[in-house]
Amino acid sequence: MQAIAASMVMFITFLALLTFILVAAGSETSLKYFESKPQVIAFFKEGTTDADISAIKNALSQEPRVTKTKYVSKEEALKIYREKNRSDPALLELVTASILPASLEISTNDPKDLRPVAEILKKEPAVSEVIVPEDVVATLTSVTRIIRIVGSAIVGFLMIFATLVIVMIIGFKIRLKRNEIEIMRLLGASPSFIRNPFLCEGIFYGMAGAFCAWIVVYALLWYFTPFLQGYLGEVKLLPVNPLFMLLMLLCALFAACIVGGLGSFSAVRRYLKI
Amino acid sequence: MILFESVSKKFASTTALDDISLEIKQGEFVFIVGPSGAGKSTLLRILTRETVPSSGIIKVGDKDITKIKDQDIPLLRRKIGVVFQDFKLLDDRTVFENVALTLEVLGKNDGEIAKQVEHILKLVEIWDRKNLFPRQLSGGEAQRTVIARAIVGKPDILLADEPTGDLDPKTAWGVIQLLNEINSWGTTIIMATHNQEIVNTLKRRVIILKKGKISSDSKEGKYEIH
Repeated sequence: MQAIAASMVMFITFLALLTFILVAAGSETSLKYFESKPQVIAFFKEGTTDADISAIKNALSQEPRVTKTKYVSKEEALKIYREKNRSDPALLELVTASILPASLEISTNDPKDLRPVAEILKKEPAVSEVIVPEDVVATLTSVTRIIRIVGSAIVGFLMIFATLVIVMIIGFKIRLKRNEIEIMRLLGASPSFIRNPFLCEGIFYGMAGAFCAWIVVYALLWYFTPFLQGYLGEVKLLPVNPLFMLLMLLCALFAACIVGGLGSFSAVRRYLKI
Repeated sequence: MILFESVSKKFASTTALDDISLEIKQGEFVFIVGPSGAGKSTLLRILTRETVPSSGIIKVGDKDITKIKDQDIPLLRRKIGVVFQDFKLLDDRTVFENVALTLEVLGKNDGEIAKQVEHILKLVEIWDRKNLFPRQLSGGEAQRTVIARAIVGKPDILLADEPTGDLDPKTAWGVIQLLNEINSWGTTIIMATHNQEIVNTLKRRVIILKKGKISSDSKEGKYEIH
């Protein structure tokens, strides 16, 4: 029973830890995606010539805040539109390249530079509209920060709680086995011979809990991937790289060794007098 | 082999051992007798370093065990087998596993353990009980298991604290004959007992303790309860 209780606590702790890591990594990747993506989109007026567009591109290439520009022609815009709406033929029927505007996507190093670049573009006579999705980045930045703070606090609390549970359970087992320990001492058992099984037991609970949590998280992630992919749209988070998941497992097992080992080591120091 | 020089042990205001000096040679069979509270068990517990004397020197071989470091205590205990009146067997392990524990502690591999445990259980005549748990054994069988556990590691010294205390006379004699046989192989045996009949029949060295002091030490001694 104690073994199940200890493994369950470790399972919940590592379930929270792995979920937190996935959410944090996901939000970080999303943020990077939005930060690296052409953030400012300038739509050109009907009848804008190639020379006008080249002039604007040349002007932007002199601007140190701009890292990249990408021209999207009417035909390319139609292609993107069709790709996005291929499951809805009704939306495709009436749309032709002529009604979609050509555009220029401009990336900057820092999201703070988006607004000044947008202001430059708005002054261009050939530009009809400028979209600055900096609000998305700002929201995502604050969400990422909140996830980090709240996640760290919850995981930190659960880690401490799990360590204390291991201390309590190993301490209980030591008291339960005091006759056996006494006999082993009299038979000439070394301190490590008596101590090591308790240390290994704590580590085992940690690793068993972490491994089960990883299996559950991976299974849930795999099951919900199609749904999440639709929700995330262009952000390429899923499917998660198996190597990343393997790395997560190794990190979780390592953390489990630390938590289980620390808990059982504290219990052994406190309750096992050899 | 074992030397006590002016050994005393005090517990708060009680003196358990008072200026004890004695020498026990390799291969001797020694009875430690005396009334309850005379210090018999304390003397045995000091030999296994379960407790340390308040003063004096105790040598086992050429080492003063009052001065050995904590990490060397297991090495001392591996030279000394202990038989208890209350057996101290592990209830959740079989006879075989209880005896094997001594060899596990010594770091023997599974093959060696199986071979040596089989040999020793046949020797103490409980091989057919090897898969039973302590609660399924008679008193004599349990005590034979304890003796097997104590000698399977081939100790130089065997301490027996009232090993026949809870046994009927016939079973007690069986245990004593076994201890006698173990002694004949050269193992030093120190046995604390109240059993007058056993002491007087075996005619071995008898050390009588009274109030923590040696009141008599005779080679082929007798023990009279007054």
